[in-house]
Amino acid sequence: MTDIIKLTAAETAAKIANGELTAVEVTEAHLARIEAVDEKVHAFLHVDREGALAQARKVDEKRAAGEKLGPLAGVPLALKDIFTTEGVPTTVGSKILEGWIPPYDATVTKRLKAADVVILGKTNMDEFAMGSSTENSAYGPTGNPWDLTRIPGGSGGGSSAALASHMAPLAIGTDTGGSIRQPAAVTGTVGVKPTYGGVSRYGMVAFSSSLDQGGPCARTVLDAALLHEVMAGHDELDSTSIDAPVPPVVEAARNGSVAGLRIGVVKEFRGEGYQAGVMQRFDESVELLKELGAEVVEVSCPSFTKALAAYYLIAPSECSSNLARFDGLRYGLRTGDDGSHSAEEVTSLTREAGFGPEVKRRIMLGTYALSSGYYDAYYGSAQKVRTLITKDFEKAFEDVDVLISPTTPTTAFPIGERADDPMAMYLADLCTIPSNLAGNAAMSLPCGLAPEDGLPVGLQIIAPAMKDERLYTVGAAVEAAFAARWGHPLLEEAPAL
Amino acid sequence: MPGITREEVAHLAKLARLELSDGELDHFAGQLDAIIGAVAAVSDVSDADVPPTSHPLPLTNVMRPDEVRPSLTPEQALSGAPAQEQQRFKVPQILGEE
Repeated sequence: MTDIIKLTAAETAAKIANGELTAVEVTEAHLARIEAVDEKVHAFLHVDREGALAQARKVDEKRAAGEKLGPLAGVPLALKDIFTTEGVPTTVGSKILEGWIPPYDATVTKRLKAADVVILGKTNMDEFAMGSSTENSAYGPTGNPWDLTRIPGGSGGGSSAALASHMAPLAIGTDTGGSIRQPAAVTGTVGVKPTYGGVSRYGMVAFSSSLDQGGPCARTVLDAALLHEVMAGHDELDSTSIDAPVPPVVEAARNGSVAGLRIGVVKEFRGEGYQAGVMQRFDESVELLKELGAEVVEVSCPSFTKALAAYYLIAPSECSSNLARFDGLRYGLRTGDDGSHSAEEVTSLTREAGFGPEVKRRIMLGTYALSSGYYDAYYGSAQKVRTLITKDFEKAFEDVDVLISPTTPTTAFPIGERADDPMAMYLADLCTIPSNLAGNAAMSLPCGLAPEDGLPVGLQIIAPAMKDERLYTVGAAVEAAFAARWGHPLLEEAPAL
Repeated sequence: MPGITREEVAHLAKLARLELSDGELDHFAGQLDAIIGAVAAVSDVSDADVPPTSHPLPLTNVMRPDEVRPSLTPEQALSGAPAQEQQRFKVPQILGEE
């Protein structure tokens, strides 16, 4: 018998469609897996057993009635706890929303349900998506299935860990500075940040609105494409949603090829701070792309060296404004309302009690960067850097079809190692941030294990805005070539939980 | 550019409506000083003749027809309220007593 939890989403959907498996069987297998291993991994903040089984039964009934099924009908999915889910708790990894039950679905949630996807539950994350390790969750860290003492990346560490431990074949993340791609890299999974505006942000709790972008997470490139297609597309409820057809990502994932493509290696993403084993696997990926018929050239993007600095002004500035809504008055936590404090005092006491250290740091940093006297020097300059980075990308894409780099400079680091060292933590997103600032599309996929620690390394592919399909064309080719070389999926090498 | 002092952090916390403890102020002051020192790298371009980018997309207002459509019921809208009264959010005293 095939092990249900090891199937890809595409295989699962096909087996449900042809009657080989039922959606209920598939859902039960994943719920059992969660039951068996999530105590150790802690990928989920909330498992919606009843809701998942009800949706699965609905899929089976639809099939029995001969109704048309969605392309991912019956496939279980782990949803990052940043998307609102009607009637199901949504915490964003924060105490300030503990116990909050949203009265409405995010557009992404709605589209998943409409596509007959089975949502298993909500996954752990750094509080308000601020972090690169999931240690900033108010509900405790998530372990990396490759080594439970190490971080699964962040902020979407719950989603990446759920995939890598076979608790779900699909997951959803959000990527403001790398929160889909870096977790994918350190867990040996696939993650895509679509073009900014490609996926609706409606009902996705805001952190930094000009950077936040939801996207698909999976174990294969094709599965990511199938999910991408389901979740993307114009939404009139998000004024920054792009009113254009979804790029042909599934077709691209089914026709992987790099022959004749020009691929640029970003010169700036190497050097001090990059782990030797990460660079070794990256360099091998470059050789592989050449063998597959791509022309690989070096590209210089000098402004990328200032991306991290610009990001840590822009994102905190937007967050300090966005998180002002958590005032203890309309929903979520309220502290100190004992008749002796004014509304303003209650707001300050609520925010003090409800936000964790990283959120407080970023709110204060943003408040500082936006204050009169500092605005031009900090926020204004950061916006100029953003322009320069966008221009660097434009220039590069005049010459090449896609850019590549390591996704993150190191493999998964031990839980606790960088927890109270913000600058060290921020370096995890060195290579991913430029795409958020420019708003283009990027993917991370596995390119091997670092020889020195045996942990997964991610290859990042970057494409121009609204050319998301290029990620899948290249990604599918790389994935197939590595699979042929390794003889099995990389995750097969992960230790048993 | 100058660093940030403990007093400035206390002022920022007040502006940001965060009732920080003394211990937090001590801890955050050092960390914020280090972060601000690092992000100050952007000031190299402060005088450059480059337009600022605030958003990856050219934003325009998106309008919809002004017509009644289904929305949350009062019960749904108030379902997460810490306190409510007469279909309204009940909040602590905002204005001083006269």
